[in-house]
Amino acid sequence: MSLKYWSVWVLALWVLAAIVASLVDFQPNQIHLDLILAKHSFGHLLGFDDLGREILPRLLAGAQVSLLVVALVTIITASVGIMLGMVSGYYGGWVDRTLMQITDVFLAFPGILLAIAFAAVLGAGLSNLILALCITSWVSYARLTRAQVLSLRQRQHVMAAESLGASTLRIMLKHMLPLLAAPLMVEATYSMAGLVIAEASLSFLGLGIQAPNASWGAMLRDGVRYMLIAPHYVLAVGLSLMTLVLAVNVLGDRLRDYLDIHG
Amino acid sequence: MMMRLLGVVPVVLGVVLLTFLLVHAVPGDPVEVMLGESASSADRMQLRADLGLDQPIYVQFGVYLNKLAHGDLGVSIHSKKPIVDLLAERLPATAKLALLALSFAILIGLPLGIVAALKVSQWPDKLANLLSLSISAMPHFWMGPMLMMIFALWLGLLPVSGMESGTAVILPALTLGFGLAAILTRMTRASMLEVLHEDFIRTARAKGLTERAVILRHALRAALLPIVTVLGLQMGSLLAGTVITETVFSWDGIGRLLVESIEKRDYPVTQACVLVVALIYVMVNLATDIIYTKIDPRVRFAS
Repeated sequence: MSLKYWSVWVLALWVLAAIVASLVDFQPNQIHLDLILAKHSFGHLLGFDDLGREILPRLLAGAQVSLLVVALVTIITASVGIMLGMVSGYYGGWVDRTLMQITDVFLAFPGILLAIAFAAVLGAGLSNLILALCITSWVSYARLTRAQVLSLRQRQHVMAAESLGASTLRIMLKHMLPLLAAPLMVEATYSMAGLVIAEASLSFLGLGIQAPNASWGAMLRDGVRYMLIAPHYVLAVGLSLMTLVLAVNVLGDRLRDYLDIHG
Repeated sequence: MMMRLLGVVPVVLGVVLLTFLLVHAVPGDPVEVMLGESASSADRMQLRADLGLDQPIYVQFGVYLNKLAHGDLGVSIHSKKPIVDLLAERLPATAKLALLALSFAILIGLPLGIVAALKVSQWPDKLANLLSLSISAMPHFWMGPMLMMIFALWLGLLPVSGMESGTAVILPALTLGFGLAAILTRMTRASMLEVLHEDFIRTARAKGLTERAVILRHALRAALLPIVTVLGLQMGSLLAGTVITETVFSWDGIGRLLVESIEKRDYPVTQACVLVVALIYVMVNLATDIIYTKIDPRVRFAS
């Protein structure tokens, strides 16, 4: 158990916390009117928020939402993106040109701007939040897969499989996908760090999970409002978010070095 | 160059189409969502006709394009003012904020990256790495309040928020700039490390130039090219960052206009803000590409 792998441990801790919070009801929405903005005390590790709700269980509930959104969006967008990227890179021609033109349009919207816009018009709620993030984050997987497939097509084992009459699907799944796994894994890790921030940004703007349910972005917004009289609230949420994002980013760096991927 | 300019046309058209479709992504009846349930049916009919929603979608898109070509972005449902005027009012504030943030990022990121590359694997490099990693993990809505807490509330050096005082721009600009500075530091370090191994650096040292001249005039100039490209691409996260940062600091720019329009369900304004920011980003990237070919003799002669 070396310090070198702290990013893995931090991430594992948050995942574990989220799983525990989904199995055990810590009553994150229970209100204690006599404890509004109370600081930490014995048995209440992180104190209470502006409505007298205990912060720790709410943090765990927020972690649950955050990790659920990240996991679902990653699975959906990676599948769609990899599929489109493979088709685009393998077939080339007008299919490729059209698809790349479409990705260019999506990439023309800076950062999470498009996700904000879609989340706004779709309306609040968890499923709309996930949908908005899916609409905007499949592009990087498609681009990466396409670029890799373009070079993989020239590899001898792929050409050998082609001349032996292997089906296109078989070539894609058996001869290309395993070689794509490493760069895609690194991309997915970085994208997950971005998604944690994106989910929190949207709920900070009031577009994600709705009150009274907890989300890190909404908690931060409330915490900022009381940061002068109760800094423990905003610090608890902000530091949680930071440790998670930092851990995922460092994990991405480590994976990239370990798998020896450049660019 | 001509090809690059022409290549922008389909992207711009796509951006316009996607923002046009935004209003159609509203579940149910957009008019009802925008006006609320209490609106009279006459008001609803009026808005439906104003937005052209009573026509087939391709006609609507044609009308939208035509209006756009004439610089008409429609009218705000909430304030009844032309959206172009609203944007023109807010654009200078966002431009000021973004440019100052960019300057901060360059002033912090470039020197830090150079020092990290010169002292690679020593403590300055490790410190720069640690700083840029932790800052990358701080979203604007966390960085902003922290800076506000330290510099405005505890130290009382700068205004908390708003736009009245001349120094009010500093904290939001730092909030936006730090994230970019972190990326710039890493990019400068990597780019410098690559250049420092080149033959022309050895030649420059061999002919007895001062280390300062070698680094600043020979190495940095060559290392700057990939940095310019990254800077252009990263302007996107800067522009998107204005949405949150302006909201945190009550800075009346386009980002805040976007958030206000979302809160008021003033979708034509939302649509226009997204469109304008995306178009600015497209133009910034185009400009970066053109600058890139201008300053790099290798690219210029190759094309």
